[in-house]
Amino acid sequence: MDWSAVPTYIWESAYLGIVPALLGLVISVPLGIACVRWKWLYPPVLSGASVLYALPSLALFIVLIPYTGLTDTTVIIPLTLFSLCVLVPNVVDGLRSVPEDVRQAATAMGFGALRRLAQVELPIAVPVVIAGLRVAVVSSISLASVGQLIGVSSLGYLIIDGYQRDFVTEILIGGGLIIALALVCDVLLVLLRRALTPWRPRRGRRERAQILIGDPAVAAQAGGAG
Amino acid sequence: MSFLSFAWDWLKQPQQWHGPDGIPIRILEQLGYTALSLVIAALIAIPVGILIGHTGRGALFAVNLANAGRAIPTLGLLVLLAVTLGFSPLAWLVPLVLLAIPPILVNAYEGVAGVDPGLKDAARGMGMTPWQQIRKVEVPVAMPLIVLGLRTGAIFVVATATIAAYIGLGGLGRYIIDGLATENYGEVAGGAALVVVLALAVQAFFTGVRRLAVPAGVRQQGRPS
Repeated sequence: MDWSAVPTYIWESAYLGIVPALLGLVISVPLGIACVRWKWLYPPVLSGASVLYALPSLALFIVLIPYTGLTDTTVIIPLTLFSLCVLVPNVVDGLRSVPEDVRQAATAMGFGALRRLAQVELPIAVPVVIAGLRVAVVSSISLASVGQLIGVSSLGYLIIDGYQRDFVTEILIGGGLIIALALVCDVLLVLLRRALTPWRPRRGRRERAQILIGDPAVAAQAGGAG
Repeated sequence: MSFLSFAWDWLKQPQQWHGPDGIPIRILEQLGYTALSLVIAALIAIPVGILIGHTGRGALFAVNLANAGRAIPTLGLLVLLAVTLGFSPLAWLVPLVLLAIPPILVNAYEGVAGVDPGLKDAARGMGMTPWQQIRKVEVPVAMPLIVLGLRTGAIFVVATATIAAYIGLGGLGRYIIDGLATENYGEVAGGAALVVVLALAVQAFFTGVRRLAVPAGVRQQGRPS
């Protein structure tokens, strides 16, 4: 067993986990803003996202092979689509969580709609959006390993290789590294949220509990196997 | 050639539709694995979720479970059990059940915990026993989320059962895994198309269940999905 390639697998898993979540965010923010602005848009968007989410990852990889080949793109596109199921509702909920009097205060101070969105509403939405991002990153990292079945390399290699050699240690290391990587990304996102929302109380009991267990609000949401 | 023409060329061959590894048998296998795993998971997760939601004890456990469930790589769990248990049905049943439990449990918990406290007080004030409160008030009100949890669990199981073909399980994933091994893209595409159709059908099924299981008075308050 050659362990020298393990750092490369870790990097590949991180890449296949983080890129889809970021692409999902780039799509979800304008889509979420539009859904808040035009309420009728939200139900069809939500249904569309949950239908996409129901499609098994392996089947979606296969569908894309004729178009994008056996490349990272073939894994990234389905994982991006899955992330929308978590990110769009969180962007919408985040924007809706802005108190009406805050919005009115911003307007009274002379903020236009765009400036109010960028400087008041989106910053207030950050905690909820990042909670969604955490779910998206963690599930993408664990799902990316399925890409190994069509030959897209990641930590999933250790799992498949361990299976073929009947080598339990290698499977455990592959799975363990995937979980560890997901945890590290999760903690980094919590730190990012703290940095972006310095006005929130820092060392309260609630805050510490959230780092350990995650946000209860998003626990019930989609995300995970697929 | 596009995905659909590959899939169609393979699907229209009559020999795919007959025999022990024909499409109808594979569909039934996949539905069987899904139903069995989901029923076992629901029997465990729904009572526990309702109990946690009703008593308020163990809420931390429920939330932790959901988060942990997301991070576990499905493929790793399947392969690990396949290697340690060999060709036992437990090798696929255990991961499928384990994966379906968190979404079902957490949604049942959230549903019951989220029941309007005024409603709970009213039920108690009417002299209902705790069991009556659960059965007549809390469960009906929580029904939209309970069904949502079952649907999410079913989605996980269908997807994971497809991947489980890699460790030798039957079902539609067989076409994908066997086709990949023999570099027969037509078979792979046909299998993937069937899996997509089946996944959509399962989702439509639960939308129907939601209509039937959710009381009319609760339906209007349910969130869109």
